[in-house]
Amino acid sequence: MKTQISPGRLILYSLLILMVIVYLIPVYMTIITALKFPEDINLLTSWDFPDRINWGSFSQAYDKLGPNLTNSIILTITATILSTLLGSLNGYVFSKWKFRGSETIFTLFLFGMFIPYQIILIPLFQVLRALNIYGGLPGLILAHVVYGIPITSLIFRNFYAQIPTGLIKSAQLDGAGFFRIYCRIVFPLSAPGFVVASIWQFTQIWNEFLWGICLTRHTSNPITVGLAQLAGGQAVNWNMPMAGSIMAGLPVVLVYIFLGKYFIRGLLEGAIKE
Amino acid sequence: MASLSINNVTKSFGSTEVLKGININIDSGEFLVLVGPSGCGKSTLLNLIAGLETITSGEILIGDRVVNEISPKDRDIAMVFQNYALYPNMSIRKNISFGLETRKVPRKEIEETVNRVATLLQIGELLDRKPAQLSGGQRQRVAMGRAIARNPEVFLFDEPLSNLDAKLRVEMRTEIKHLHQRINTTIVYVTHDQIEAMTMADRIAIMKDGIVQQFDTPQQVYDNPSNMFVAGFIGSPSMNFIECSVKTEGNQSAVELNTGTETPQQLVIPPEVCQLEAYREKSVILGVRPEKIAHGFPDQDANPSIHALQCKVSVIEPTGPDTLVIVMINEKAVTCRVQPAEASQPGEEMTLMIDLSKAIFFDPDSGRRIA
Repeated sequence: MKTQISPGRLILYSLLILMVIVYLIPVYMTIITALKFPEDINLLTSWDFPDRINWGSFSQAYDKLGPNLTNSIILTITATILSTLLGSLNGYVFSKWKFRGSETIFTLFLFGMFIPYQIILIPLFQVLRALNIYGGLPGLILAHVVYGIPITSLIFRNFYAQIPTGLIKSAQLDGAGFFRIYCRIVFPLSAPGFVVASIWQFTQIWNEFLWGICLTRHTSNPITVGLAQLAGGQAVNWNMPMAGSIMAGLPVVLVYIFLGKYFIRGLLEGAIKE
Repeated sequence: MASLSINNVTKSFGSTEVLKGININIDSGEFLVLVGPSGCGKSTLLNLIAGLETITSGEILIGDRVVNEISPKDRDIAMVFQNYALYPNMSIRKNISFGLETRKVPRKEIEETVNRVATLLQIGELLDRKPAQLSGGQRQRVAMGRAIARNPEVFLFDEPLSNLDAKLRVEMRTEIKHLHQRINTTIVYVTHDQIEAMTMADRIAIMKDGIVQQFDTPQQVYDNPSNMFVAGFIGSPSMNFIECSVKTEGNQSAVELNTGTETPQQLVIPPEVCQLEAYREKSVILGVRPEKIAHGFPDQDANPSIHALQCKVSVIEPTGPDTLVIVMINEKAVTCRVQPAEASQPGEEMTLMIDLSKAIFFDPDSGRRIA
């Protein structure tokens, strides 16, 4: 068979390749700048590949961003685990233990999803102050856990809707209670739900900047804040923030690369099952 | 083993009443089938017996214990669900032992029970597999095994065969009946399939709109349906309902049948079949099963209840052992069960014998049976 490319295809692919280039230009720019020495960086040669490679940018950036990176890892992992676990329990109740008014409460939960970060910034600040946890990581973790509950509850409620209610009833007749059913039957079936919810939460929390800068003191700043400060001065050695950007962006990219296929599968689950 | 009494039970969801005063009593070891079209409340009733829903009013007794306020796990019942409800993450062995572990049965006793059940249902070689690796029939068997392991007072089956293909369904039907004969436990079985109900039950409760229409043995339900709904629901093909007017013939009542091929006939209804005096010059619904309209009956000459009708065949449906012949009587399509060799072709006329000795009459307004 001869491979024939119709004119329509040709236009389509040309457009797609163009889009790819447009999207990859900043990535290219970031990488080559990160690999240059500060004195090699100027507007004239900004597009050129470096003649000599400077891996030192990364260690320099790490020296500055190291503590922020640690903060971000602690913050993101803790908040992701807590908010997905709570979301899973909520979803379990909303889908399998419906009670009078549970639909209304669920709807109210959903409103939480549409509240922008900025709107609750001041009240959040006041609450954390009142709780005496303002300024440190625990406060920021609490904020992200609470803010993440609506979306994780929604993901798990929809995910658990596919688990036949007969399983729950059957376990009830077998004598199992609320938590035993959750631990022995629902939780072991939840892996796809956890993948979807935790990728979502991981990305959201890792990339978040505003709360990070407003709710933590300098020593507890997450990497997004650290990165901004790295680029914030007047005369900047551009290779360092670029290397920092790569370091800050990498975890999210890696999470997508390794869990991405489960993410799509999890999102589609139920849509394709009978 | 225990008897089961359902006394005046009602159930409402909000303002909709789905069960309207149910009364059913069965003895210990009986096989009760709840049958009815979807939405009749049969599954709700089963959930009430299981304790998965709460009763609005009335009471349910298992043995001589009122269980209204007792939680499902303490009612000493086991349930087999429509989609089997096997725990997908556990092996078959775990599935069977889960309930026993929850009840803190000693490990050794659990092991013995699992083995006993596995032998009884011939699922020994499946014990270490996961439910997903089993066929439909095997899953069904495991679901029953899980129920048996608990050795309950009452078994509840919620449409357990509806997910199986036709052949397997018939096999499992026999298997469940066989199982009942061996373990002899009280069973409540919900289905919408009247054949399942007829073949398995000691007693059938036919439900519609939250009311038990009739509660009796399968044969009684078939021979003496209490109303048109029961008569039409039980039996396949369904009973024929022919609207006809009641005439006076001498001092006896007769119904007029018109097949369109001859002058209308007046068939005398003997008083022992039905007292139609009150309906003279009015109309009634004549109910006659397809097998009572046939090409011929062995005793047709001696039996005064058998009459000949000249009919025009409109459709024939061969089933193998019989051919269903559809003819028009009183402008209504009527199904007759005829020997395949005797069936005429569509468009042709044929003489059919109608046996009215087991005919049943219904009031056309209420649908109730006329005694």
